[in-house]
Amino acid sequence: MARTERISLAQGSGGEPMQRLLRELIWPVFANPILARQEDQARLAFELQPGEQLAFTTDSFVVTPLQFPGGDIGSLAVQGTLNDLAVGGAVARYLSCGLIIEEGLPVALLRDLCLSLAKTARDAGVQVVTGDTKVVPRGAADGLFINTSGLGIIPAGINIGTHRLAAGDSLVVSGPIGEHGAAILASRQELAITGDLRSDCANLSPLIQTLLPNAGLHALRDMTRGGLNAVLHEFAEAAGATAVIDESAVPVRPAVQGLCELLGLDPLQLACEGRLLAVVAPDHAEHLLQCLQAHPMGQGAAIIGRLTPKRNVPVILNGLYGIERALPPVSGELLPRIC
Amino acid sequence: MKYVDEFRNPEAVARLVEAIRQRAAALPPRQHPWQLMEICGGHTHTIFRFGLDQLLPDNIEFIHGPGCPVCVLPQSVIDQAVALAQRPDTLLCSYGDAMRVPGHHGSLLQARADGARVQVIYSPRDALDMARRHPDTQVVFLAIGFETTAPATALAIRAAAREGLTNFCVLCHLVLIEPPLRALLADPDLRIDGFVGPGHVSLVTGNAPFEFIPAEHHKPVVISGFEPVDLLQSVLLLLEQLQQGQARIEIQYRRVATTQGNPGARAPVDDVFEPAPLAEWRGLGKLPRSGLQLRPGYQAFDATHLLPDSPAPGTLPTADSTTEADPRCRCAAVLSGKLKPGQCPLFGRECTPDTPLGALMVSSEGACAAWYQYRHQGPAHGAH
Repeated sequence: MARTERISLAQGSGGEPMQRLLRELIWPVFANPILARQEDQARLAFELQPGEQLAFTTDSFVVTPLQFPGGDIGSLAVQGTLNDLAVGGAVARYLSCGLIIEEGLPVALLRDLCLSLAKTARDAGVQVVTGDTKVVPRGAADGLFINTSGLGIIPAGINIGTHRLAAGDSLVVSGPIGEHGAAILASRQELAITGDLRSDCANLSPLIQTLLPNAGLHALRDMTRGGLNAVLHEFAEAAGATAVIDESAVPVRPAVQGLCELLGLDPLQLACEGRLLAVVAPDHAEHLLQCLQAHPMGQGAAIIGRLTPKRNVPVILNGLYGIERALPPVSGELLPRIC
Repeated sequence: MKYVDEFRNPEAVARLVEAIRQRAAALPPRQHPWQLMEICGGHTHTIFRFGLDQLLPDNIEFIHGPGCPVCVLPQSVIDQAVALAQRPDTLLCSYGDAMRVPGHHGSLLQARADGARVQVIYSPRDALDMARRHPDTQVVFLAIGFETTAPATALAIRAAAREGLTNFCVLCHLVLIEPPLRALLADPDLRIDGFVGPGHVSLVTGNAPFEFIPAEHHKPVVISGFEPVDLLQSVLLLLEQLQQGQARIEIQYRRVATTQGNPGARAPVDDVFEPAPLAEWRGLGKLPRSGLQLRPGYQAFDATHLLPDSPAPGTLPTADSTTEADPRCRCAAVLSGKLKPGQCPLFGRECTPDTPLGALMVSSEGACAAWYQYRHQGPAHGAH
């Protein structure tokens, strides 16, 4: 296929152009024996040991632009789903990949994004074993949408989740927040801000594996859409508690803070793609913090607050000057302010 | 962050709070607190975000003024913006702030969800670039704001005129800060004792729009920056004037604002715009010469000519003010310091940020919306 070639509707028709697209681009990129059978389903030989559980998740990725500082939609589509498995304590094994391609997308770009997706999966030790490719008319999608589903195994003895949250628990973030959201905002065409802004997107699984032995670990969550704020509200709701965080303890890099000041946004609401919030029994918090900080992906970790007995709001921010205020939940689209 | 962190420093804030406490204790005793109005929505935002109001002694209060351009935007302007966005081949460009403001038939966000073409932009230059890149699309910029945003809008219009762009125009609802302040101060029951002036407006205008406040009403004004240290220092300066019985304009925001303002920013505004005879304000009604309209030489860039029932050239779009707000709204009483947001009968019941009935609930910069978000649900010390 020529470098200038673009995806056409015919390549989603099920006929020869589509077969050619699959043969020349998709299958070689994801090559593995299960996919190579070209069945309508992936046949997976699982034998669960006593106490093990299957974990299954799905997520769709619609990010604009498709490539951004620190990553692209391909790597993100793998890391996002792997992280959803990992925060439940699961070891990921298999992924599915659904591509919805807008007519006119350059084939070379599609190839680059698929290669990025495949490499990210390979580096994480998981296989893309089934998938789907659709082409939609120009205007019906924004370049490329990707859906990935993931299958993993939660080993026996791992028991983390919102059911274990309790008032008194400590809240620990694994590093500076808001970097993915800030990088995406800054790289959009209409803003074109330059600076030290890179997405934090990463596979959290290696970091999480080092945390799981901590007996006081109650729950983990990657802070994606809605950022830290959204996860705090979810956890507070699930625990029937109020989350209180100290504003000065929340790590935010200066470049992210600067962008937020410029646009009137709140870093607490910006998406992360490689950071997690850990909830841990208070007497295990310091040890968990040390584990995080000892890992390259958790060097900026910090204890930012605690779950407290329920008050009249789910999340409270203890401000720089010791004044508490309610932290409202994320409300719809993030919109910059002019004044 | 250089230029920000030093103005948020907790030790500096603690020192200022102590100085304010001492100064406030020396003020003559009276029944109700000394009330200081911060005019600008940006100041309101900082006050609530950092809880500065809760750092003040009991006899000092902030009153949240009319300086949020989104709050005061009439529903009729949103209706016009929605109508323009729904035109085939038209792209409506708006600041993010205006996207959630409800018109009579929904907001720009809802219109976009229904298929209208609406783009959030960060400056008028972005809208101009859209017009250059898409010559087959009519690009309409929803120009709102006070004297702060007017210069960039004027420069965009001049550039479009220079380049002969025929697919760029503005739906203009730029407004001026002095008329609403005059309207407020004309209220004989007004309780406000001093004003925290809007630093970004002053950067353009200088002291001129505020000179009548000490001169005609003998109330002090301090032009303030937007960080916690700025605002608290401005409060301290106001208290010093109040204690000494003085009333003059002082500039706390010296790193940016000057007495004379910026003539270079005013020149394009004067070239492109002239005061409109009458402009509509959500919550305040119609105020004479309070808005800007395009001068005759630039009327080709007035988007109202694209509207089906476009008004006569040279008039600002207006609407019947009785349709603008629920008559039970007590916005005017909140603005003049007579009521706290929570004392309005609609507050938090029928009037919420999701269903705003009054102007002050419309944008997060509005007094009622800020109060609702940070105080009504919250916590903090049960303080309201």
